[in-house]
This record gives sequence, structure tokens and C-alpha cells, in this order.
Amino acid sequence: MSGAKHHDYHLVNPSVWPLIGSFAAMVMFFGLVMFMHDDYFGGAGKWVLGLGFMGVIATFFSWWSDVINEAHAGDHTPVVQLHLRYGMILFIASEVMFFVGWFWAWFDFTLFPVPIEYVDGAVTSLFGQEGAEAITQWPPKGIEVIDAFSLPLLNTLILLCSGTTITWAHHSLIHGDRDGLKKGLWATIILGAIFSAIQAYEYAAAPFAFGQSNYSSAFYMATGFHGFHVLVGTIFLIVCLARTYKGHFTPKQHFGFEAAAWYWHFVDVVWLFLFIIIYVWGGWGAPVAAH
Amino acid sequence: MTDIAATAPAHGHADHAHDDHDHDTPGFFVRWFMSTNHKDIGTLYLIFAIVAGIVGGVISGMMRLELAEPGIQYLTGWAQFFDGAAGDVQGKHFWNVMITAHGLIMVFFMVMPAMIGGFGNWFVPLMIGAPDMAFPRMNNVSFWLTFVAFVMLVGSMFVPGGSGLGAGTGWTVYAPLSTSGSAGPAVDMAIFSLHLAGAASILGAINFITTIFNMRAPGMTIHKMPLFVWSVLVTAFLLLLALPVLAAAITMLLTDRNFGTTFYDAAGGGDPVLYQHLFWFFGHPEVYIMILPGFGIVSQIISTFSRKPVFGYLGMAYAMVAIGVVGFIVWAHHMFTVGMSVNLKMYFTAATMVIAVPTGIKIFSWIATMWGGSMSFKTPMVWSLGFIFMFTVGGVTGVVLANGGVDTNLHDTYYVVAHFHYVLSLGAVFSLFAGFYYWFPKMSGRMYNEFLGQLHFWIFFIGVNVLFFPQHFLGQQGMPRRYPDYPEAYAFWHLISSYGYVIMAVGVLIFFVNILWSLVAGKKAADNPWGEGATTLEWTLSSPPPFHQFNELPRIA
Repeated sequence: MSGAKHHDYHLVNPSVWPLIGSFAAMVMFFGLVMFMHDDYFGGAGKWVLGLGFMGVIATFFSWWSDVINEAHAGDHTPVVQLHLRYGMILFIASEVMFFVGWFWAWFDFTLFPVPIEYVDGAVTSLFGQEGAEAITQWPPKGIEVIDAFSLPLLNTLILLCSGTTITWAHHSLIHGDRDGLKKGLWATIILGAIFSAIQAYEYAAAPFAFGQSNYSSAFYMATGFHGFHVLVGTIFLIVCLARTYKGHFTPKQHFGFEAAAWYWHFVDVVWLFLFIIIYVWGGWGAPVAAH
Repeated sequence: MTDIAATAPAHGHADHAHDDHDHDTPGFFVRWFMSTNHKDIGTLYLIFAIVAGIVGGVISGMMRLELAEPGIQYLTGWAQFFDGAAGDVQGKHFWNVMITAHGLIMVFFMVMPAMIGGFGNWFVPLMIGAPDMAFPRMNNVSFWLTFVAFVMLVGSMFVPGGSGLGAGTGWTVYAPLSTSGSAGPAVDMAIFSLHLAGAASILGAINFITTIFNMRAPGMTIHKMPLFVWSVLVTAFLLLLALPVLAAAITMLLTDRNFGTTFYDAAGGGDPVLYQHLFWFFGHPEVYIMILPGFGIVSQIISTFSRKPVFGYLGMAYAMVAIGVVGFIVWAHHMFTVGMSVNLKMYFTAATMVIAVPTGIKIFSWIATMWGGSMSFKTPMVWSLGFIFMFTVGGVTGVVLANGGVDTNLHDTYYVVAHFHYVLSLGAVFSLFAGFYYWFPKMSGRMYNEFLGQLHFWIFFIGVNVLFFPQHFLGQQGMPRRYPDYPEAYAFWHLISSYGYVIMAVGVLIFFVNILWSLVAGKKAADNPWGEGATTLEWTLSSPPPFHQFNELPRIA
């Protein structure tokens, strides 16, 4: 552009992806509204939702392809890499606050239990009625919880293990061991996939359905959003693996990998809190569902 | 801040002597729809905020018209504009839609885009000596996400939302009115509008924090940054940490509405007050998000037109940090009447009053800056003085409302309406006009008309005070907020208040005349039209600055 630049910052070329991505996000959300209100909008919601979703995915793909190409073109000077680090850390900080909201709901329900009861799979409330005192407890009376020290404990060990395999991959990368990098990434991705599979099984076999009560609402939404983040993190790692096979990343410059690793550790830590607060402490004293 | 002895770039690449910013400016579509330039994106934000402000302002005019006398005059007719079959109930629902739209538009699509997106984008990089933002492309997605969020919100007014078209929940979207009380897609669209606007703000916050921490010019240490940059830094942290909690809260609304969860439904053990906690944990930092950049703007202007550095620079900077931190632990003063314990009320009363301390530091430091200064009362300065005066009035009523006991009487009355319009409509908006006049010559390259600027100020100043001051009386007499109708006893002050709107609207018209006239026929602006008091880096550049400034980074002595 005007004159020669005498600094290391990256003046990015104009890009159409912010515009396309924003409108795709709007179409996606509007499609979801249509889907949720098909009595009003008719049955086209899922198609609009799908179209918007594909637009968002295409934006992610193209935008980050541009970022990778810019990195290879040498635009990512040390200071620009520092920007990317700050950006990722701050993004993870905002994600932490998102989970604070879900834990807040959980603590509200746990610390201030109300008189509700599961009877034959339906929830009834005795709020303000006779006998309310007797059934005021957490978890709500009549609910059977998932045994924290069964599959959830296994999942905890799987995620902790995956935290070590991603570190293995990172150390291999730093020491120029491409083979170790691939093995570490493969192991992490497989562990992540096993975690997701176990979580899916746990949902399918859970003794309580989605919704209906404060317990199951907060349980499914908190663990569900974590599960969604595991999927995103796994995809992020798969992208890193694909880039490894294409010969990307050097021992000195591999921010894409580091961002994926940070994200993975974040997902891991959130799980530890979920495990302790929701599965162990939040289910304490309740009858445990038989497997 | 003004102890910076800013030096012009050594090689003058960014100087207007080398004014070659025309031949490298991209074509129309690429420049305005695919932008990666912080100044162009800032301009887009400002235009967007003005358009949204007109929409939100017209809605408030309609509300003042309806409230000018007791009884329901116009609502049913207005509702029929959207739905020919609308009757009495739909008319009253339309009232709720208007209060909702007015609040959401003014907060998310006027004040925030203008302050942070507009002035923040334009002047944070200039003031710290940076060529652009840290993430220029992400900067643009922040703007376009805000734009589509606005489209989504406006769209919600055309689909059913319970007893009529549109979301009629109030900007706070409290359950259960927003869940079981509002069938239909309108509230879902409003929720997704907030998701989109929130995502835009979070990405913007990441961008500002990274830019301010990493792109300061050599010698621009954190304790030399202009106070406007400090204010945006603190604001960005509030955005980053508060908005995700709102996202979680409204996602719970969404699943309660559509997927059978019971977060806020007592029948399933849920807790409607949980929503209020989550909302105000976001909502209270949000009000500081709206006012802190205004503090920054006013600090620059007071210093410039007093020809003195700001009094107590470090105290001013860390007062904003303190306001930001304490702002996270006072939220429940918005909900004193939900039935909380006396101990909790005592805590939130005391914590809220603590905020008056750093705020007082700011007010008195502005006054001390002017003390003994060589003052000139140009338009930006009179707006800033108006800001200090009016914000102090709003701050004082805020201390009144901070008392849990007093608030039991005043909660949800016009006293509260008057209070938050004094800090926002007369605080944040005054600082926006101050900043607009202050930086208009830099952004456009032309001077505004001084006479029209002063006229705009006085008419607007009188208008908003006539509009909002009587609302204190209405509130103390017990007039509840968000009501379209009232007994005869409140008629007098409501009528005065509506007259105030008309006066204010005349002031705004003068503003538009002034900008349009100045853009076409305004005098060419010098690089620094404000003289030696204006010491920050943007005044070392041409007016308007080159497409890319600081190709050679400035060095700060």
C-alpha cells in the first residue's frame, strides 16, 4: 500500500469472509427459529438452518485457509504471532465465563433445593403445599443419578490421558520428531473420540430424560455444551493432524498446533470441574442407576 | 496522558506532505463491504449507530406521544400498521414491543457501536501509534455481526410474540414473561439477535485488548497511554467477561422456550430469579461498558480545551479499572425487591456505594483539570461540561437508589427511568456528541459549524432536562415504568416530559443539518485544529489521516 511499511505488523488484505460469515450466521439462526416454530413458518426451517450452517462452515474453512496461507507467506512475524496468542487466550477466557453461567445455574439448584419429585417419570412440584419440607432435597426426590465412579471416572482418566498425549505431540514437534508428532496427535484424537462415544452412550442410557426438571436441564446443558466443545477441539486437532501430513509446522513456528493444544487443555479442565461438581458432589447421596 | 511529548514520524510517510492515500484506496464494494481498515470500519460503525439511533429515537418519540396524556390514544392504530386485525390487546402489546426495541436498540445498536466500534476503532490505533488493529479482518466481522443482529431484531417485530407481533419482554427479557408468557418466534429472534451482537462484541473486545497490549508505538508505555485508550481497554475486559454469561442466560431461555428445560420454570424446580442474577451479572458491567468510553472521551476533551494535562492521570486510569472490577460485584442492586435477605441487601448496598468513590475521583479530577487552565468553550468542551453536570445528577440519584431500603419504594418507577437516562441519555450520549464534534475534523477533514454546534448543545441540553427531570417527580409519586396509561394525577409532568422530547428532537435536527452542511461546505480542517492542548498522536496526522498511517512507527519521548 502507500509507501513501504517499516513495521512488522500485518496489514491484512480486504476479505469477503466477514460479510459472508455474518449473513450465513443470521440465516443459520433464522433457520433455527423457523425450525422451532414450524407451525408458523412451515417445514422449510431445517433447510434454511442447514444452508446457514454450511455457509458458516465454509466461512471458517476459507477464512482459516487464508490465515494459513498468510502464515506461509511470512506475514506472521513474531509480533503477529504474539497477537494470535493473545487472541486465543482471551477467547478461552470468554469461553470460561460462558461455562460460569452454566455452573451458576447448577449451584443455584444445588444449594437452594426446591420441593419437586419424580413420580413415574413425570415431575410434580409440591411448592407451598403440604409435605413440601419432606421432599426438599438435592438431587430431586425420585431421580436416579449416573454413577460418578463408573463411566464418568473413566472419561476423566481418558481426558487426562489425552492431555499427556497432546503434550507428547508438542514436545515431539519442538524436537523435530515428526513421527512422534503424528503419533501424539493420533492418540489424542482417538482418545477424544472415545470420550465422545462414551458420553453419547451415557446420554442414551441415562436414567433421566432431557428437560423436565432443574436437575436434568442443568446436567444435560452443562455436560452437553462441554461435549460440543470436545467435538470442536477434536476437529481442531484433526485439522492439525492433516496439516502435519502436509508438512506444515516447524519446531519454531506452529501456533495453529499450540492453539489447538490450549483449547484441548481448556476442555479438559472444564471436564474436571464438571466431574467434581456435577457428577460427584451434585449427585451425592442420591440413588445410583444400575448399569 | 498529556505528558506525552508526541513527535511526528521521523520520515514523514504518514505526514500529509506524502498525502497519497487516494491511489491505494480500494474500490467502493471492496472498501466498504470487505474492509480491513480500522478507520473505514469505524466509519461504518458510526453511520450504523446514527441510523440505529434514529430508529430508537423515533420509537421514544412515539412513546412520549402516547404518554403525553392519560388513556390509550395511538397504540392500537400503530399496531394495525403491522397487523391490520390488531385490537386493544395487540395495541398494548405493541407498547411492550416499543419499550423492548427502544432499550435494546439504544444499548446494543447505538451507544456500544458508536463508542467502541466507532470512536474506539478510529482512535485507539491512532492514539497508541499503531498502523491498524491487531486483527483487521476480525474487526470487520464484528461490524457485520452487529449489522445482522440489528436486522434480526427488526425482523422480530413482524412475527408473533405472544399477545401481538414482536418481542414485548423489555430489554431485560425476564422470565417467565419471556418464556411461557411470549409464545411465537419473536422472542427467539430477539434472543438470537443478542447472541449475534454478543459474539460481535466479544470478538471486538479480544481485538482491542490485543491491540492495546501489543501494538503501542515505541515509548508508549502503558502509563503514557491516553485515557481514552485506557477506557477502551477496561471496557473490552468487561465485554469479554460479562457477555458470555448473558449468552448462557439467554441460551437457557431458548431451551426453556423450545426444548422443555426448566431452568426458569418453578414447576420443574427452576428459578426465575436465576435469570435475573445471570442477566444482571452481565447487565451491570454492561452499563459501565456504555459509560467508560465516554469517560475517556471527556478526559481527552477537557484536557485539550483547558490546555493542561489531565489532573491525576494515574488516579484517573486506575479509577476506571476500579469501576470495572467493582462493577462485577454489585449486580443484585437491580433486584432488591425479589425477596432477598436483609444481609444480602446490606452487602449489595454497601458495594454499590463504593463505586461512588472512583467515580468521584473522576468528576473531581476533571474539575481540577479545568482549574487554572486556559479554557476555550468550543462545542466539544460544552458537551463535556454538560456531561459532567448531567452525569453527576444521574450519579447522585444512583446513590439514592443504591440503598436497598429506599429502592423498595422506588424500584421500577420513573425515578429509576430518570436515573438511568441521566447517566446514559444525558451522560453517554453527551459524551458521544462531545467526541463526535471533537473528532469530526479529524475524521472528515472538515470543520463543523461552531454556531450550529453550540445551538445543538443548548437546545438538546434544555430538551433532555425538561424531558427527564420531571420523571424524578413522577417516580416519587409512584408512576411505574413501562406503563402506557396512568391516572390523571400524573398527567402534568408527563405532558411536560413529552414537550421536552420535542425540544430535544429539534436539537437533533440541528445536529443533522450541521453534519450534512459541514461535510459538503465545511471549512477544511487543519491537522490539529485545537491548538497546543491537543497532544495525542491523532493530531500529528493529516485530516483525514492517510488510508494507512504510521508506516513508520512514531517514537514517544
